[in-house]
Amino acid sequence: MRFLPLVFVALAAAAFFVFPYDLAFLTRILIMIVLVLSVDLILGYAGVPTLGQAAMYGAGAYAAGLFAIHVWADPVAGLIIGGLAGAALAFVSGLIVMRTHGLTAIMLTIAVAQICLEIANRARDITGGAEGLRGIRMEPVLGLFAFDFIGQTGYWYALIVVCVVFAALAVIGRAPFGMSLRGIHESRDRMLAIGAPVYWRLVLAYTLGGAVAGIGGALAAQITQLVSLETLSFTLSAEALIMLILGGTGRLYGAVIGTVLFMTVHHLAAANDPFNWLFVIGGMVLAMVFFLPSGLISLGHALKGGRK
Amino acid sequence: MTGLEVRGLSKRFGGLVVSENIDFDLKPGDRKALIGPNGAGKSTFANLVTGILAPSGGEIRLDGRDISRMGEAHRVKLGIAKTFQITTLFPRLTVRDNIRMPILEREGRGYRLLRRADGEAGIEAEVQSLIDQFELGDLADKPVRDLAYGQQRLVEMALTLALKPRILILDEPAAGVPSSETSLITRAIERLPQDLAVLIIEHDMDLVFRVARKIVVLVQGRILTEGTPSEIAANAQVRELYLGGGHD
Ligand SMILES: Nc1ncnc2c1ncn2[C@@H]1O[C@H](COP(=O)(O)OP(=O)(O)OP(=O)(O)O)[C@@H](O)[C@H]1O
Ligand SMILES: [Mg+2]
Repeated sequence: MRFLPLVFVALAAAAFFVFPYDLAFLTRILIMIVLVLSVDLILGYAGVPTLGQAAMYGAGAYAAGLFAIHVWADPVAGLIIGGLAGAALAFVSGLIVMRTHGLTAIMLTIAVAQICLEIANRARDITGGAEGLRGIRMEPVLGLFAFDFIGQTGYWYALIVVCVVFAALAVIGRAPFGMSLRGIHESRDRMLAIGAPVYWRLVLAYTLGGAVAGIGGALAAQITQLVSLETLSFTLSAEALIMLILGGTGRLYGAVIGTVLFMTVHHLAAANDPFNWLFVIGGMVLAMVFFLPSGLISLGHALKGGRK
Repeated sequence: MTGLEVRGLSKRFGGLVVSENIDFDLKPGDRKALIGPNGAGKSTFANLVTGILAPSGGEIRLDGRDISRMGEAHRVKLGIAKTFQITTLFPRLTVRDNIRMPILEREGRGYRLLRRADGEAGIEAEVQSLIDQFELGDLADKPVRDLAYGQQRLVEMALTLALKPRILILDEPAAGVPSSETSLITRAIERLPQDLAVLIIEHDMDLVFRVARKIVVLVQGRILTEGTPSEIAANAQVRELYLGGGHD
């Protein structure tokens, strides 16, 4: 397990050289991994399901896009702005969502994203509405690495952001805060009975998840130089959740594996059969639920004949 | 005065009166048992004291201070802790992680994001000493869901004790534990810190008579009587309740 992160980075680096003509697609995978990791913090660590993570992703994307156009086109500054926007939206909505449980909470996360989508759609003068936010021209990363139209800089930039986010979430997962989220996931009653402020822990987890999603959105805005309404869509939230469940929740690797698998299947199947690819994904999810309920990360364990 | 004082406590669920005008005291060093038939309101009483439930009337005081409107977390900080009638642990976490959790909360570490949870020598030493006290050494790195039920009860006692409570409530610590393992529980209770105030809710009379120095009998939400084990054993009403009611 110790070397797994290195293996992933090595594979990602190898992919750069093996698929030089698919960098745009590979970069989209990396951006999506950031979003799915943010869902893993909330669902995998804390056990709170969400179907509205696109709200924070979209908020980060629009904030970073607008910041680049109107204020400063520095990429790293834009990431910070995107993260802050995602965190702020998550904090405010989290104050309400975390008061509720189960289905009510899920419905609220959906509602927040729908409201954001509607606002972005109406505020056409600022967001570009259905046309999307255009005209984002980023400066070189750290003043050194200019974005090129093949997407080489974008790929490495996204890969580094994924690594930083992954490492940060891994550290948080082992820290007292991360442990307390696992505690809430395992037994809310027990956490309350040892005096833990469960509600505020969850609000903070949701806020951090929002920051990560916002960073993912900012990354997308900077690399694709466009923010469309789809960044706030229900489809995006739902796909992020499916990718995580495919890979397995709670251990971060699941987010990486699930995203790579889902997007690769989508890419190949949609190219071959643009109408029926959803059946392939649906079949995969069903197979997973029946045979590997803990997700793909448990595959090795299952093959060895161990308990899930 | 120090310790727990309950005066005129009542609790209604809709029309159902589950606690009625309860007076109860628990002082440092006390070993009290609360007994009574199923549905008498014993767990409800425990939940009122810990703050899981809000009372419909009456007062709960800790060291003379009214805590009846205080939240659960706040009461934990003041030193009230309990184990649940149905084991309530973190099933997929190890024994060690389970016992560490309350210490992290007690020490206000819960918002730390960067340092490892198991990275503080002082806290690890405390975890280890609780593991030793409850003789859980061989199981320390197993997920608690893989443990026998009796051992899980011990983990829950260790976890609760890790809060350094002054008032400890054990809600049926031996319930569901096979009789071969009850001696583990009895021994653990006998070894609790002397100055701790302990209230044990229990149906197992052997256990009650071994560890309790005072017994309170609750029937239909009211306190029927209170006395030493020998007084309670000789009490005609109690005998009828237990022999006539068919309880163990
Ligand atoms: N949340 C609740 N809402 C409504 N009724 C409740 C609630 N909790 C408990 N009761 C009722 O209150 C009564 C007392 O329950 P309680 O759990 O306190 O009994 P107990 O003495 O602990 O019983 P046992 O020995 O079976 O554990 C029961 O009739 C129970 O059905
Ligand atoms: Mg009970």
